[in-house]
Amino acid sequence: MSAAGPLLAVEDLRVSFSTEDGTVHAVDGISYELAQGATLGIVGESGSGKSVSSLTTMGLTRAQGADISGRILFGGRDLLSLPESDMRAIRGNDIAMIFQDPLSSLHPFFKIGAQLIEAVRAHRDVSEASARSRAVELLGLVGISDPRRRVEEFPHEFSGGMRQRVMIAMALANEPKLLIADEPTTALDVTVQAQILALLERLQGELGMAIVFITHDLGVVAEMADRIAVMYAGRIVEMASAELIFSAPQHPYTWGLLRSIPTLAGPREQELAPIPGSPPSLIKRPSGCHFHPRCAYSQPEHAVIDPPLEPVSLKDDHQVACLLSAEERQQIWSELEASQGPRPAPTVPQGAGE
Amino acid sequence: MSASEPLVQVRDLVKHFPLTRGIVIQHQVGAVKAVDGVSFEVMAGETLGIVGETGCGKSTTARLMMRLLEATSGEVRFQGTDITKLSGGALKAVRREMQMIFQDPYSSLNPRKTVGSIVAEPFAIHGLEKDRAQRKRRVQELLELVGMNPEHYNRYPHEFSGGQRQRVGVARAIALSPKLLIADEPVSALDVSIQAQVLNLLRDLQHRLGLTLLFIAHDLSVVRHMCDRVAVMYLGKIVEIGPGEELYGFPRHPYTGALLSAVPVADPSRRRATRRLLSGDVPSPANPPSGCRFHTRCPKAQERCTLEEPLLTAQGTGTHAACHFPLTREELAGMGVRSAR
Repeated sequence: MSAAGPLLAVEDLRVSFSTEDGTVHAVDGISYELAQGATLGIVGESGSGKSVSSLTTMGLTRAQGADISGRILFGGRDLLSLPESDMRAIRGNDIAMIFQDPLSSLHPFFKIGAQLIEAVRAHRDVSEASARSRAVELLGLVGISDPRRRVEEFPHEFSGGMRQRVMIAMALANEPKLLIADEPTTALDVTVQAQILALLERLQGELGMAIVFITHDLGVVAEMADRIAVMYAGRIVEMASAELIFSAPQHPYTWGLLRSIPTLAGPREQELAPIPGSPPSLIKRPSGCHFHPRCAYSQPEHAVIDPPLEPVSLKDDHQVACLLSAEERQQIWSELEASQGPRPAPTVPQGAGE
Repeated sequence: MSASEPLVQVRDLVKHFPLTRGIVIQHQVGAVKAVDGVSFEVMAGETLGIVGETGCGKSTTARLMMRLLEATSGEVRFQGTDITKLSGGALKAVRREMQMIFQDPYSSLNPRKTVGSIVAEPFAIHGLEKDRAQRKRRVQELLELVGMNPEHYNRYPHEFSGGQRQRVGVARAIALSPKLLIADEPVSALDVSIQAQVLNLLRDLQHRLGLTLLFIAHDLSVVRHMCDRVAVMYLGKIVEIGPGEELYGFPRHPYTGALLSAVPVADPSRRRATRRLLSGDVPSPANPPSGCRFHTRCPKAQERCTLEEPLLTAQGTGTHAACHFPLTREELAGMGVRSAR
């Protein structure tokens, strides 16, 4: 896709926070690349580090006293070594972000137009009048009808879906090269979610921006992403093209995610196969493979050895961090696919390790 | 799963929340028509699902059935008795038979009480299991039944994760062996890997205890998995109701079709298929559209739809839909809905 290297390259990023209870290892050595115009989906549950890694890319964890190491190369420049003034010039200009909750992301006291004008003028030395006409143009771009009138309205006069459109308009004000979308449709109804996903796809086609799409919803990520990174306890445990993640998943956690969601197709009587237990604390993480206490295929040595993220095979760009051998994984997944029935749930005492 | 006789019959249930203006002298200027003439039956032993988007009235319907809200009109018959007219001891006796689980396991448990006393509270309210040791044993049995460690009797809600807290909520709800359990978005606040645990628990308990379940959710896949019959609500009305298999296989109401079309499919090879996007947002329930309430967003709307309100009628394909121009199979295929069969 890109001639001159990836747009974004994250290298061994680590982010931790010191708290009264101990050090929270929110992001623990993740690396990925994103080409211009491509979409990376980051999937994970609460506390997997998916949001913190992206907030760090935006330079938004600095002020919170986070301990950050590694490199985030954006267009060849390491964002982590930039001073705050340079970061401010990039944020909202080259890299923009939209959040889950559009209501709390908009200021309730200011008109939609004023907030869009602020976003434009923060990075462009343009007159109020031309910024206003840009604001109207942006609202039109994100599919809000009668934008000339709607810029004069306040956020509370907009519905949830419309507010998220405004947030997208604001993020796109300066035609960013990278858009980070952190659970942008989680707070929306399903019909509105479909509208917003279609809008993002159309705008990506028109403007050619790259997107990091963070979500817990496997359906959404299947629709949006070219590549998918599955995160667990601060690490990427599996990364591959969207097709491979769904057709030939390698990590037991990914299997668990895929088999614990009910679908619209498939037999209804099929028991869901939940992942036992609950996600670990990021202060006291399990030893060895962080997933081993919840893994149905864990061996005694998995509690000791910490698996690195390694290529599955030479031909595909597919990486996994798992101690099972490729043959074992292949066999287990084909059995799981063939059975389509309940797999005997491993017995983890409920309530343990809470 | 004998769907022989109805446990609950809801008839023309209406709830209007008044909109008032003025501070000292208030006068009503309108009403939010949250639930506006809803009728359905819940058969003993079945799971009925109610789906719909924000503001369609699904939670209000549940609260009216529990008498947590007073209905504006209509009736809710529980085992033949209209509970909207009951009071005092008679109401308390009925409430024993119907219990509720809420969406947010964080705010529905009192943080200052131990898990044991939270689960024991229904016994205290109804004056049952007066012997302390006996009550404790019952609570521990309940905790075990919902898959928790009975030793955790003395712990507080904050010591548990969301999924565990939701289990506590379930234990409390089944403490009095109710006949009807109403679950209002019981898994939408939980992580995906935990959702399946709670869904399996509810199914398992239903089989073991013979519960009748009213399951309210916005997630169509979850509702399909859980429910025998499904009702789809839009702006305070049921637009389609029927057995899950038929409703998901061949939805007749354009809104049901649009909902199914909008669900993202966890299969990248099927992405960017034909999908029909609904335009616009749900109109305000304070001022719903005339005629069919869906006509402002409906791709098939004609003049008749703006004038004449459609009634729920049998469609010959298993469901009842309230639509003048129900979907055909060809139209459905054009919407990219992958029907179950």
